[in-house]
Amino acid sequence: MSGQRRDYGIPGTIVFDGYLARKGYALNRMCYSFNSSDNRAEFKRDEHAYCDKYSLGDEQRKAIASRNVLQLIAAGGNIYYLAKFAGILGLDVQDIGAQQTGMTKDAFKAMLAEAGR
Amino acid sequence: MATVVGAVMSSHVPAIGRAIAKNLQQEPYWKPFFDGYPPAQAWLADAKPDVAVIFYNDHGLNFFLDKLPTFAVGAAPEYRNADEGWGIPTVQPFRGDPALSWHLIESLVAEEFDITMCQEMLVDHAATLPMALLWPGGGEWPVRIVPIAMNHVQHPLPSPRRCFHLGQAVGRALDAWDEDVRVVVLGTGGLSHQLDGERAGFINRPFDLMCMEAIVGEPEKLAAYSTLDIVREAGAQGTELMAWLAARGALRGRVSRIHSNYHVPISNTATGLMVIANQSRPTPQARAA
Repeated sequence: MSGQRRDYGIPGTIVFDGYLARKGYALNRMCYSFNSSDNRAEFKRDEHAYCDKYSLGDEQRKAIASRNVLQLIAAGGNIYYLAKFAGILGLDVQDIGAQQTGMTKDAFKAMLAEAGR
Repeated sequence: MATVVGAVMSSHVPAIGRAIAKNLQQEPYWKPFFDGYPPAQAWLADAKPDVAVIFYNDHGLNFFLDKLPTFAVGAAPEYRNADEGWGIPTVQPFRGDPALSWHLIESLVAEEFDITMCQEMLVDHAATLPMALLWPGGGEWPVRIVPIAMNHVQHPLPSPRRCFHLGQAVGRALDAWDEDVRVVVLGTGGLSHQLDGERAGFINRPFDLMCMEAIVGEPEKLAAYSTLDIVREAGAQGTELMAWLAARGALRGRVSRIHSNYHVPISNTATGLMVIANQSRPTPQARAA
């Protein structure tokens, strides 16, 4: 059933399915708009008004305000669209990887390097 | 008829675009990655393709969740890159090959692939960066392109087997194309990586190396994995292996590995590069006669 959150049995891993796509639609639509530099500037000028414009719900607004990636994902955010939001904040994928795993960025990078050996 | 010279599979991590723009190719972090490419460039210079058919996945530049095709075939006279939100420099526009695009579209639909047809289509870093790695230096691109986008954003994704079969159908269509053009097939993305969740940063070197081995001689073995198997083994975004499988599927002749490179990490990704030559049917001698 796409009406409920499903467990795919892969710990720490998001399978962005119909449930999340429905739940996150407004949030992802807003993040998709950040492909445009004018829209990024508009968000930066007044992010509350911008969230209104895209009809974000309470959970999504709180997640945006928190800058917390796991919270944004729980609110239905898809990582490819969230990456555009992260870009506004000046965060790269290693910053957001470190944040989600609770590591420092240096420790996260060291873990990646270790995986190559 | 068209000659399929072979396939090149390559990762497409966005940070590569920034490294190219800043000329960091010989920096210690980047060198083991960029040094993989000159042999691929040399092989292409020798194989002289006229057209690149590119299997890739759009990351939210051209397509959004409002209308998300499982497979979309470009049929535009020109394809442009554009701002993806985090500011890597855009590349020169690409010339399309609408006649070949429509031939592929007709052949695929005749084979019951219900694809989406796109006469306007922006192409994102997944198409542009492998092109920039294979034909560096900027300026006019030496090949026309036919981009084929595959849904990698929203589950259910097309299965690995379906992607392999799509590639095989493209290969049959290319072999039946009556223009005398040389075609290289690109498959972009991968290898193991995961951007989201508490398992972010997951990389699986043994699985990647197995894939790079199997993609040459035993692609059916990889096609037999389910999407969730690949998520488990290669990370949430490791399913980009689908484009490698499609590109491999398009090679219908005798294949041989020309070159490969594997380097971990670039950004959060285990990167792979593979060049596979295709001894087309009919043979080059028959073509010349």
